[in-house]
Amino acid sequence: MTTLTMARALNAGLRKAMERDRKVVLFGEDIGRLGGVFRITDGLQKDFGEHRVMDSPLAESGIVGVAVGLAMRGYRPVVEIQFDGFVYPAFDQIVSQVAKMHRRSEGVTAMPIVIRIPFGGGIGAVEHHSESPEAYFAHTAGLRVIAPSDPAAAYITIQQAIACNDPVVYLEPKRRYWDKGEVDETLDASDPRQVLTPWRARVLRRGTDVTLACYGPMVRTCLEAAAASEEASIEVVDLQSLSPLDIDTLAQSVEHTGRLVVVHEASGNVGIGAEVAARISERCFYSLESPVLRVTGYDVPYPPSRLEEHFLPDLDRILDAVDRAMAFS
Amino acid sequence: MRGDRGRSAEAVQLLTPEGERVPHPGYDISLTDAELRDLYRDMVLVRRLDTEATALQRQGELGLWAPCQGQEAAQVGSGLALEPQDFAYPTYRDHGVTWSRGVAPLEMLSMYRGVTNGGWDPNKHQCALPTIVIGNQVLHAVGYAMGVQLDGADSAVIAYFGDGATAEGDVNEGFVFAAHFHAPVVFFCQNNQWAISSTRDRLSDAPLFERAGGFGFPGVQVDGNDVLAVMAVTRAMLDRARAGEGPSFIEAYTYRMGAHTTSDDPTRYRHADELEVWRLRDPIERLKVFLARQGIADRHYFDTVDHEAAGLANLVRDGVRTMPDPPPAALFENVYAEPHVLLDQERRDFLAYEASFADGAHA
Repeated sequence: MTTLTMARALNAGLRKAMERDRKVVLFGEDIGRLGGVFRITDGLQKDFGEHRVMDSPLAESGIVGVAVGLAMRGYRPVVEIQFDGFVYPAFDQIVSQVAKMHRRSEGVTAMPIVIRIPFGGGIGAVEHHSESPEAYFAHTAGLRVIAPSDPAAAYITIQQAIACNDPVVYLEPKRRYWDKGEVDETLDASDPRQVLTPWRARVLRRGTDVTLACYGPMVRTCLEAAAASEEASIEVVDLQSLSPLDIDTLAQSVEHTGRLVVVHEASGNVGIGAEVAARISERCFYSLESPVLRVTGYDVPYPPSRLEEHFLPDLDRILDAVDRAMAFS
Repeated sequence: MRGDRGRSAEAVQLLTPEGERVPHPGYDISLTDAELRDLYRDMVLVRRLDTEATALQRQGELGLWAPCQGQEAAQVGSGLALEPQDFAYPTYRDHGVTWSRGVAPLEMLSMYRGVTNGGWDPNKHQCALPTIVIGNQVLHAVGYAMGVQLDGADSAVIAYFGDGATAEGDVNEGFVFAAHFHAPVVFFCQNNQWAISSTRDRLSDAPLFERAGGFGFPGVQVDGNDVLAVMAVTRAMLDRARAGEGPSFIEAYTYRMGAHTTSDDPTRYRHADELEVWRLRDPIERLKVFLARQGIADRHYFDTVDHEAAGLANLVRDGVRTMPDPPPAALFENVYAEPHVLLDQERRDFLAYEASFADGAHA
């Protein structure tokens, strides 16, 4: 075991994937010599060469569109979008091409592309640097969406996302880049000893009264809320895969707690929480002691940084929702 | 009527509209008599296929068709300039290109029939499926060319698009990326004068091929209704790409004789006399005159080709009418390459729902 930040764990995972498969190429703005603005690709160009870690011109649609062509030629491109709010120029390529090519070609042309996007707020940034665009991608058939929450998960799931023959939008919680955790670097994603799969939700804490469903940056916040709660025994489920959602694991949790609060930074309206609430209502109707509640960002544009603490779900807002859920019984 | 403002005096031409072979200082082509006859045959067959497909749409057998009439020389001439190992990225109008890559006529029509969103195996034909979103494919072509470059392979890539697409961001980003990576790609722009109802004049006062210079690679305009010139220029640019000399831009100056698609009504925006001018520049007619005058083909040959074209039309008509719909559960196929818990559940639910009807024939 090594103690790594999530940033270093992602770097180590990318390195493993590149060592295992020479068709894995990295492509993005400033990812080569600079190592990316968050240094996730630090040192990879030096070790793997300019032909495998390519600095791209500054054009997001170009980055993703070129990745489509590389995939058609048999490569496994891993592209970096520098910030969440800069992905929209590439939205057309992602939705119209990346997501639909396999279907259009009737299974002939796979799109094993990973689109890495640092996402979410809490770092005091200017506009377009703190957004949570996951619902756009989760809504699009043909894409998969993963959001890791800690260094160990990041290390393994980035490798699994790269090995996947489907396109994956890989959302990295940027405010957790510097959080540390234990990572077993002797394991690679194909190792039979390694049990983590990105497609299953993870029960990170057991409890009996309320389930908190969360992902990405909110997982740590929810674990802190669960630890701080005096009245309720809280179970924490890290959804991890936002498309497809692992409703089975979450339903099992809700069937024994009877209550569910979904937490995410993204605005609530038509968000991941709405989908989770609908699915759990369908599956767990007779087990529910209270309506499914949501704690989310408000339905406003991401605010200027001096206001972001009021926008982002925090421990108090989560526990307030837990109290409201408990009040139903 | 609009003039030929976008046409350059230096446009490469090897065969005049009157069927006269003329020299050009920069480009030439030497073809055998058999190859010349084949070019004629291919263009006639593509036109017949196109005409038949237009008719089939009118009869309700196809949902839509994007006619290529008038652009046969640009498409067949460039498509046949490719080597087998090259890769083509055609648009939805480039039936002459897909024809040249060996895609079967019914495969070409199946998307317009509505039985698939694709139609052929892109790897088998080294020919991508069209992206209907204008210009998207140009970036794919550049990415593919970068892959060719990484492989050290002796192949070139050709990206097709129209004059309208030159306004798209993706096309211009494609130019930037190709120049930056020195990718072995040929940008082949068919300037057919019309982007639905918008004229090329709306795009720019300068000829389109001149834009290439700003991106740092050569651009050349070719008479797009001259199959010999198109083939000569395309071959030269593909050779250049394979030799590691980077991207280039070809503007084939041509004309869309038909509607944008069968849903369009061009009489609302253009005059009939413009069509008459271009009819005199017809790509097939000028090659026919040349072949006849040179004694390369005679009436018997032309009749044989016409007969073959009639046979192709029959085959297409019968094939389209009897083309089966995909089974309903095909809804769920190939959305993902790997198992997907949500779709697996939806497929099961769908099949159970379908099976719940006693006669099993719910549609």
